[in-house]
Amino acid sequence: MQKIYMDYGATTPVDKEVLDEMLPFFDKYYGNASSIHSFGIDAFNAVEEARERVAKIIGAKNDEIIFTAGGTESDNIAIKGVAFKNKDKKSSKGYNIITCAIEHPAVLETCKYLDSIGYKVKFLPVDKYGIIKLEDLEKAISKDTFLITIMFANNEIGTIEPMQEIGKIAKKHNVLFHTDAVQAVGKVPIDVNKLNIDLLSISSHKIYGPKGIGALYIRKGVKLQPILHGGGHELGLRSSTYNTPGIVGLGKACELGLKRMDEDVLHMTTLRDQLIKNVLEIEESYLNGHFSKRLCNNAHFRFTAIEGESLNMMLNDAGIAAATGSACSSKKLKASHVLTGIGLTPELAHGSLRLSLGRKSTKEEVEYVCDTIPGVVKKLRNMSPLWNR
Amino acid sequence: MTTDMYTEKVLDHFRNPRNMGKMENPDGVGKVGNPNCGDIMVIYIKVKDDRISDIKFQTFGCTAAISSSSIATELVKGKTLDEALKLTRGDVANELGGLPAIKMHCSNLAADALKAAIEDYRKKKTR
Repeated sequence: MQKIYMDYGATTPVDKEVLDEMLPFFDKYYGNASSIHSFGIDAFNAVEEARERVAKIIGAKNDEIIFTAGGTESDNIAIKGVAFKNKDKKSSKGYNIITCAIEHPAVLETCKYLDSIGYKVKFLPVDKYGIIKLEDLEKAISKDTFLITIMFANNEIGTIEPMQEIGKIAKKHNVLFHTDAVQAVGKVPIDVNKLNIDLLSISSHKIYGPKGIGALYIRKGVKLQPILHGGGHELGLRSSTYNTPGIVGLGKACELGLKRMDEDVLHMTTLRDQLIKNVLEIEESYLNGHFSKRLCNNAHFRFTAIEGESLNMMLNDAGIAAATGSACSSKKLKASHVLTGIGLTPELAHGSLRLSLGRKSTKEEVEYVCDTIPGVVKKLRNMSPLWNR
Repeated sequence: MTTDMYTEKVLDHFRNPRNMGKMENPDGVGKVGNPNCGDIMVIYIKVKDDRISDIKFQTFGCTAAISSSSIATELVKGKTLDEALKLTRGDVANELGGLPAIKMHCSNLAADALKAAIEDYRKKKTR
C-alpha cells in the first residue's frame, strides 16, 4: 500500500543535501569545537559557518545566534532567561510576562511555571481564528512588564500572528519581544530587525534538518540569565559540548530553506488550497484557523459528530499519516488547548484533523487524500450517535 | 495514539465493527459518556424471553471506544439479562486482549451503556 506522509508540522525528513553535509562530522571531523588543535578548529569552523547560515534566514548577525537542543530548549532559555534577569520585578502589581492562550506547550508551560513561582503572567485570549487582539496586548502592558512572548505561527491551526504590530507595541513600551518561530521559519520570510523581534526560537527538524538541535536568536544587548550552568559555551547561555553534526545540519537546512523558500511556499500553498477546497465539500466540515493569515502548509479541519483519534486511525489504515491537533495532546485525552482557545466546544474540538504538507508533497498525494477522507468521515458518522442524518 | 498501542483484536473490531448502527423500535436504550472526554456510547437492545435477542451500538469516540462497544455487543448477544448484567469493565478489556492504560475508561463505558440499556428496558416493562 502507498504510504503518504502529511504530518510535516510534526517533523520533516532530513534533506539528502543536509545529511550529506552532516555525515563527515560524525567520524572524519569529530573534534571538539572548543579544542585548540586542528581537529577542534575543523569543527569550530563548521559551527561558525552554520551560525552564519542560521543568522541569514532571519536577518540576524552571526553573534546573535546560539545553538540549543531544539525549540523547547530555546523557548526555555529565552523566557526563563529574561524572567530570572528581572526577578526584582516579581510579585509586582502589573503583568511581568504577556503570552497567549494557544502557545505551544514549550512556551505555555514555561510561563505557567514562572507564574507558579511568583511572576505575574497574562495569558491573552485569541479570537475565533486564533489571532491575539492587539488592544488586549497593549492594555496588559505596564511598567512591570518585561517580556511579550507570542508565537509566530500556530503549530496546530497554522494561524500567523501579527508580528509586525506586536513588535511595534513591544518597542514602544520598551518591552522585550520573544517569538517561537518553529513553524514559521522557512515558510514565512523573517527579518528580526524589521519585526522588532528580540528573541526568536528555531527548531531544525521542522525544516528538513536533524532532530535534537535548534537555535535561539538573541538581539545584541539583550541580557539573559543562564538556566544551564557548565563550561560556558554559547555566550554562557548553553553550556554543553557542541553537537557539531547537528549544528552543521541545521545550518545547511537553513541555507536550503532560504534558497528554496519562494519555490516551497508557492508549491505548498497550491497544494494546501486544493486540499482545503476539496475537503470542505464534505457536509458539516469546517476549516479551523484563518483563511489567509495561515501557514502555507497547514490545513486543519473539523468534522461534526466524529472523533479525531479514530479518524486518524482509519486514515492510517488507508496509508495516510496525519494528526489530530498537536501530537502531544492525544496522550492527555484532553481537547487541544488551541481548539478550545479559539472557542470550540470539546465535542467539536475532538473531531479535528491536521494535514500538514511539505516540500516533497505531491499533487497525487493530495488527490488521494481528498478521495479518501469523505469515505472515512462517512464510515465514522454512520457509527456515531451524534450524526442523525 | 498509534496502531502499535492496540491489539490485533481491538483493531479488528475497530475496522469491522459488529452490531453497529441504530436500531428501530428498541426495547431498551442506554446512553453514556460525555463529550468532554471524547466518547459517547449508545446501546440498543431487543429482548425476547428475558434474553437479549438483538443488540446494536453507536459510538462517537476513539478506536478503543468503538472496539469496546463492538465486542461488548458480541459478548452479550443471546445472553439472559441477568447474565448480561454480569459483564464487567474488565471482561471487555480482557476480551480485546487488553487496552492501553489511559484507554481503560472506554471499556467502562461499554459495560455502563449495556447496564443502562437493560435498566431502561426493565423500567419500561414495570411501567
